[in-house]
Amino acid sequence: MARLIERCLTPLLLATLLLVASLSLGFGSAPVAVLEGLGGWLQGEPSEAALIIGEIRLPRTLLALIVGAALGLSGAALQGLLRNPLAEPGLVGASQGAALGAATVFYFGVFASLGTLATAVAGLIGAGAALLFMLLLAGSGRPALVIMAGLAISTVAGAALAVVLNFAPNPYAMQELVFWLMGSVSNRGLDSLIVLLPAFIIGSALILSQRRLLAALSLGEQVAESMGQSVKKGSRIIVLGSACLVGSAVSVAGSIGFVGLLVPHMLRPFVAHRPEKVLIPAALLGAILVCLADIAVRGMPLGRELKLGVLTSLIGAPFFVWLVWKERKRWL
Amino acid sequence: MALISTDHLTVAQRLKAVSLELQRGELLGLIGANGAGKSTLLHAIAGLLSATGNITIEGRAADSIPPHERARIVGIQPQAINSAWSLTVRDIVALGRMPWGDEDETAIERAIERAGVVAFRDRNIDHLSGGERARVWLARVLAGEPEVLLVDEPIASLDLHYQLAVMEVLKNYSREQRGVIVAIHDLSLAARFCDRLCLLDKGGMIAIGTPAEVLTEALLSAAYGVPVDIDLERNPPVVLPR
Repeated sequence: MARLIERCLTPLLLATLLLVASLSLGFGSAPVAVLEGLGGWLQGEPSEAALIIGEIRLPRTLLALIVGAALGLSGAALQGLLRNPLAEPGLVGASQGAALGAATVFYFGVFASLGTLATAVAGLIGAGAALLFMLLLAGSGRPALVIMAGLAISTVAGAALAVVLNFAPNPYAMQELVFWLMGSVSNRGLDSLIVLLPAFIIGSALILSQRRLLAALSLGEQVAESMGQSVKKGSRIIVLGSACLVGSAVSVAGSIGFVGLLVPHMLRPFVAHRPEKVLIPAALLGAILVCLADIAVRGMPLGRELKLGVLTSLIGAPFFVWLVWKERKRWL
Repeated sequence: MALISTDHLTVAQRLKAVSLELQRGELLGLIGANGAGKSTLLHAIAGLLSATGNITIEGRAADSIPPHERARIVGIQPQAINSAWSLTVRDIVALGRMPWGDEDETAIERAIERAGVVAFRDRNIDHLSGGERARVWLARVLAGEPEVLLVDEPIASLDLHYQLAVMEVLKNYSREQRGVIVAIHDLSLAARFCDRLCLLDKGGMIAIGTPAEVLTEALLSAAYGVPVDIDLERNPPVVLPR
């Protein structure tokens, strides 16, 4: 029975993802025939439907899906690598690092020669640097230390981000940055995919190449090493992959918290808790959840928009509290 | 040719110039006080610690063997293991096949049977007692069917029945023309099951030989700092602190 569920999980999630994606394309203030609009846009027709689907809803949907998949997958990979159910891109400092990198570009114009790629590259570097510092500081995969090191790095990145905000050129720019940091996939064109998609593919490939290491790490670094796995090299590849995913996702969509924490937890019972089997389902469910959350955001009454990242945090934060509570009971 | 031989194996501040040989078909016991270097020696042989000196596996320098191949030949069960996730016993045992890159059902089933974990093969590891877990870890390393099996205190958390059962498993395993090195604190069981014993003290080897050669009052009281009663004529033999 358990194995049957395991086998059906990925196809089931894939079907749900397609359903949610078409729902997202069809959902909005103006009623539009999705297929017609999509077809029209692909053929370059200048109709209203083609414009709404192709220029507004398609980018938004694709971004939500890819950002969600990136966050879900990196969460699953980091939890597996650190052998810690509390690891999450936001909690290990990667999100803050990426935000800092991207914000620096926003306001100080570094990497100006890269054009639109600049924020993404800076986000990537920020996430990678934050993860590396976190691993150096923690020294090992010991859960408590990783969380503490993540907290420390997040705090440092947060402080640096405050400095960037402090010296923002003008108050409007600062407000814009704050809104951006709250996380959203609205008003981004398809060109942001130029950055997101390759980073997503490379990051996913790096992580998926280390599935066996993640399986072996269930029993600790020593056992993994004794079974012929190269723990050091493989860990670096996983960190690099996560940095690609988180860095590009944050640089395009701001910080969308708790997806990476929540998603692997929801899936673990269905994959017999195996860290290597949770990866692909986590990417799919992450995509589904972020896209659903974005539909919910769009469904809110007009006026002041609730940001996507704020919504995921509202849902995710109580879950985190519950997780800590559960861990506490385990040790009592 | 010896299955494994070490030549002046040294790990900074933990192990001093240990030279020993393990033959096929042999169960070698590592004994010594806490901190004597038993685990360090096992880890160094498995290639988990950087050590100076030489390790040869059937005449080949261990350093020259690629990690995957070495993992197929030498399997180690470290003393402190835990599973980060609530995996099933069967999945944990299957992890032992990793050096081979397969999930050979016969090998997995054989290991599950040998280690006596059949009854809870489908349960989750975190629902098992400490003693049950210890046997699961053993099954995991047995599933890889290594030529050289290194086991660090496998019976420390087991009841009397399973202490004997696990020592029997190790003895039988060595008799299949493989070699086993076991770090063990129970000197009576060491005398009863091991073909030879290696006595470590403060990182150095102070004796190696048959149980009768190593389990002497002079050597043991030097290594452990307490007087001991030794009766190897009894069946089973008894070695106890006085």
